[in-house]
Amino acid sequence: MIINHPLLGPRDASEFTYLGDASLINRPDWQADNAAEAFYEYGYLRDNPAGEHQELWYHEAGDRSWLVVTRNTLTHEISKVELARDVARARGRSK
Amino acid sequence: MTQTNRLDGGQIDRNTSLSFRFDGRSYTAHPGDTLASALLANDVRLIGRSFKYHRPRGLLTAGSEEPNGMVELRTGARKEPNTRATTTEMFDGLEAYSQNRWPSLKFDALAVNDMFSNFLSAGFYYKTFMWPAAFWEKIYEPIIRRAAGLGSLSMEADPDEYDKGFRHCDLLIIGAGPSGLMAALTAGRAGADVILADEDFTLGGRLNSETIAVGDRSASDWAAQVVAELSSMPNVRLMPRTTVIGAFDHGIYGAVERTGDHLATLPAGKPRQILWRIYTQKTLLCAGATERPIAFENNDRPGVMMASALRTYANRYAVTASQRVAIFTNNDDGHRTATDLHAKGVKIAAVVDVREDAPSSYDYEVLKGAQVINTKGRHGLSFAEISLPDGSTRTLDCGALGVSGGWNPNVHLTCHQRGRPVWNEALAAFVPGGELPVGMSVAGAATGIMSTCGALQSGAEGAAKALNLTGALPDLPEAEDAPVIQTPFWYVQGCKRAWVDQQNDVTVKDVKLSYQEGFRSVEHLKRYTTLGMATDQGKTSNITGLAIMAEVAGKSIPEVGTTIFRPPYTPVPIATFAGRMKGQEFHPTRLTPSHYWAKDRGAVFVEVGNWLRAQWFPLPGETHWRQSVDREVRQTRASVGVCDCTTLGKIDVQGTDAAEFLNRIYANGFAKLAVGKTRYGLMLREDGMVMDDGTAARLAEDHFVVTTTTANAVSVYRHMEFVRQCLCPDMDVQLISTTEGWAQYAVAGPNARKLLQKIVDPEFDISNEAFPFMACGNVTVCGGLRARLFRISFSGELAYEIAVPSRYGDALMRRLMAEGEEFDVVPYGTEALGVMRVEKGHAAGNELNGTTTALNLGLGKMVSKKKDSIGSVLSEREALVEPDGLRLVGIKPLLAEDKITAGGHLMKADGPVDAAHDQGYVTSAVYSPILNSNIGLGLVKNGSERLGEKMRLVSPLTSLTVEVELVSAHFVDPEGERLRA
Amino acid sequence: MHDLVAITALGGAEPRVDTVGGVTCTEVPEVALASVAARMGQETSAAKALATLIDAPTPDVGRWAGTMITAFWVGPDQWMVEAPYDSHEGLADQVKATVGDTASVTEQTDAWTRFDLSGDSIPAVLELLCQLDLRRFDKGSAARCSIHHVGCFVICRTPEKVSLYGPRSSAGSLHHAIVTAMRSVQ
Repeated sequence: MIINHPLLGPRDASEFTYLGDASLINRPDWQADNAAEAFYEYGYLRDNPAGEHQELWYHEAGDRSWLVVTRNTLTHEISKVELARDVARARGRSK
Repeated sequence: MTQTNRLDGGQIDRNTSLSFRFDGRSYTAHPGDTLASALLANDVRLIGRSFKYHRPRGLLTAGSEEPNGMVELRTGARKEPNTRATTTEMFDGLEAYSQNRWPSLKFDALAVNDMFSNFLSAGFYYKTFMWPAAFWEKIYEPIIRRAAGLGSLSMEADPDEYDKGFRHCDLLIIGAGPSGLMAALTAGRAGADVILADEDFTLGGRLNSETIAVGDRSASDWAAQVVAELSSMPNVRLMPRTTVIGAFDHGIYGAVERTGDHLATLPAGKPRQILWRIYTQKTLLCAGATERPIAFENNDRPGVMMASALRTYANRYAVTASQRVAIFTNNDDGHRTATDLHAKGVKIAAVVDVREDAPSSYDYEVLKGAQVINTKGRHGLSFAEISLPDGSTRTLDCGALGVSGGWNPNVHLTCHQRGRPVWNEALAAFVPGGELPVGMSVAGAATGIMSTCGALQSGAEGAAKALNLTGALPDLPEAEDAPVIQTPFWYVQGCKRAWVDQQNDVTVKDVKLSYQEGFRSVEHLKRYTTLGMATDQGKTSNITGLAIMAEVAGKSIPEVGTTIFRPPYTPVPIATFAGRMKGQEFHPTRLTPSHYWAKDRGAVFVEVGNWLRAQWFPLPGETHWRQSVDREVRQTRASVGVCDCTTLGKIDVQGTDAAEFLNRIYANGFAKLAVGKTRYGLMLREDGMVMDDGTAARLAEDHFVVTTTTANAVSVYRHMEFVRQCLCPDMDVQLISTTEGWAQYAVAGPNARKLLQKIVDPEFDISNEAFPFMACGNVTVCGGLRARLFRISFSGELAYEIAVPSRYGDALMRRLMAEGEEFDVVPYGTEALGVMRVEKGHAAGNELNGTTTALNLGLGKMVSKKKDSIGSVLSEREALVEPDGLRLVGIKPLLAEDKITAGGHLMKADGPVDAAHDQGYVTSAVYSPILNSNIGLGLVKNGSERLGEKMRLVSPLTSLTVEVELVSAHFVDPEGERLRA
Repeated sequence: MHDLVAITALGGAEPRVDTVGGVTCTEVPEVALASVAARMGQETSAAKALATLIDAPTPDVGRWAGTMITAFWVGPDQWMVEAPYDSHEGLADQVKATVGDTASVTEQTDAWTRFDLSGDSIPAVLELLCQLDLRRFDKGSAARCSIHHVGCFVICRTPEKVSLYGPRSSAGSLHHAIVTAMRSVQ
């Protein structure tokens, strides 16, 4: 596969390490009342869509950026690639 | 013998003679020949025996689709079985052997299988060898394996080299026939980066096999002229002898270039083959078409060949398979072969055409509405039996029979991303479907455009469309544009054994049997009969098999469906996939800064991931590794030892939020760590299990150096980047690995300070008061070299780790040894390191095994509840905090000499020994020369409350039972007085 | 002055030079390296300070630039600075003095081993080593990539001179891969 890196352009997927669902960015608040439940869901429950899937890839043999790649699990079509840091900020993460 | 079947003309170099051997006999050939054409030239028609029935077989085709003509090529370690003679380029001294025969090709003992063919039909394995099960492995399989199969392996390592490489282009053109050449010309002249790949050693495809004209010259001259122009274009890369084997995601193609297969010997350092990964925006598949056979009784007899192959042999290689040739066809293309061969002076026995309205000829007899119903001849064709429309039969005297059942477009690569070909009624063939691999389009015969003129045009247009070219296309040369009508004719009725898949010995009857026995889906048919599952992947047989299936099922071919093709297009040696990654080069090797010194010392090395680390340093006279390791431990604990610990991961963490960042990734707190101090850090995974451990040294308010275990250096760095970028995107923290930059040595033992005081420059006070346990700082050594000093201890001794720039690591180690002489300094390896950490009760890889929590390891109190850290929430899950959970303990045998076995399980002193009564297991086991006893670490249920309890250590697999006692994991210096000394 | 003697990454006293066909591979130990990573919110100032240091515009994504001191891009707001070893052994301190609090600086000198390829068939060697699109790899290009499973930087100084940086511990494996590829294409 080819991942079109937002900074570096098209790069072979073999340069990347796959982590999984980009929902891993949504780490729960450790102090919430339901923290145990929320962390359980965060850690163990995933959607497994046959279709578009947002997933985390790490450019290990490249610039060390974590990317959020929107990939169709049926066709492997990649419709969007973003820097995970930008996605994390957009989802309200900060420090 | 002197090439009795050689004709005039052709693209061979008659001025040069090459000699080759087949089954030990010498023959001659010319450059430009393949092994197949050379064998035919020398009137060798019998090439091998078939897979199952050991029937005599010859050549069927002249290309890579060949199912029969396979040989063992070359000798010794370079022997390669199942090599197609049809694609083997001739070289001087070539040696080949026939396959699957014993004792000889002409007399084969296992040909007796053929007489029992009634019992060996489709599915016979499943029916015959069902019972008893144990017989399968011991009796049936060895017998079948001996009888079936094709070539044999050399059983030696392949001595040749193979490369892998990467190329990029705008347009990849697969196949250099008329459409491919025209496409390359169009794209090349437009300035696009083009790769034109073709499996053949001469580009041109069928243009080299035909007598037609293209423009004002012969087809082969036109091809040569285009190739010459393309060669002169810097933006066009021609790749002959290159098979594109697979189409992968997003415009990635695999291609095998045979750079050395046509050479008698490879020049030193040159690869035999190169596996290319080609990245392309657009691809034009110009793979042409494959002629399909007609099945009839004994159609596998050597001499029965594809009509187009006979034409290729005659026109390109100047060879005829026989001086008397008959043709069996259902279409006009078969007549072309007769015309071409006749023009070359070969006697045409007759053209047998199934069509009543077949065209006539003045040059040879055409038997219209006739069929070939049988062939005869001992090791090759002598006669063909013909049934005529009036019901009478006739025998034709012929040594070769060219068969043409029409043409199938080569759609293979269009299927590699699950695209399904579609049935074209007019062509009676499958053509590429709509769902092609991204960026691929198809031109020429591969898409069903069968005329030369059409191929040229579709190649030019295909390239222009793929590249969005707007200018005028190159002028198209004039070429034949005969309409192609294919009326299917798959097999002759009423045959006992008519062969469909010759490589796997599958007959028309087998296909029908599969249907009768309920294996009716195409996928089942394939697996039950093995149709199309041989190394040729059914290039000449799949469609015929489907057609027969459709007929028996009373359905149309598209209703029956088709199997799709998978990579590779043609077989690829495993060595080509391995490339350079074999033996020593299987993975990169990482050497420590003290490696060359350790090698000089005679160290024994061990692979730790990609690292080579000194395992121990034997002295003269030491014959057992334990002698060396025991000595290294004793001497270190008695005085001082030095160990290279560069392999531990080192990560530089800087930024105003660096401390907060460490607070997040470590379970214990770092915010309050003072500058100049080091702290042990425990890292959890988010699920609460321990991920890694190490130390973090605070060099400045905003600067830490973190260490990881050797094994997890890469994954911890990745994890830290994940936390930094994905979880805490606004933290001011910067990371970079410095593992390789610093040679770091542990200096441990009661005399460690005294030794280091001779190394560290005197302006740095490293006394216990000035530089206490867990201190760290920048120093200089040996008169001014920048260095880092950490007072940390893995061994439990007074210990330091000293780091200098890696290029000075070798010199520093030698200096430590020289300066340490007065203290009897000892270098120690990973074994002694392991012994000392077990003696001290430090957890390491065996304990940090991905299933243990901080609580399991006795480090539960380190998990701070006052801050947010990865893994802290889930580490409190009910099951992980059970009081009865596993706890790290020390294990000591009651008899010191009894061995502790890592992986052994612990049972109560009395009671049953079974999984239900399991109390825990041993994680690490060593011999302690300090305690003069075997010792171990283990995880035992509620272990910390059970110290002193006697237990049984069992390993049922090795019938081991040892009586042990649970003790504190801290065997040596439990109060930690030594390391603070 | 200290009295320790350095060895090269390949373990020699002198740098290794191999010539096969038209390509020469030279081990280059005489280079000092320091990484520069901009502090959060200081990206522009850090880039400016770096430009002063290398006396050239700060290299953009995938580029290399500079004069006597040069720098190449390694990641978002992150660069590697190169300088002659003899005059800049303490490069990290010198860089830190220039960039101040705008960036984190880390000594990288001995974390890497460098091999310079010179000659006219460099592309043929490189296409056996890495996946880079060499059509777009012109003078001033810098890229990280994997060479036989070793993570490397490749920098195009001129079409006839390319530098490869690999981790120092893997110098032997990297050198073997390079020289093997040179033999393949000679």
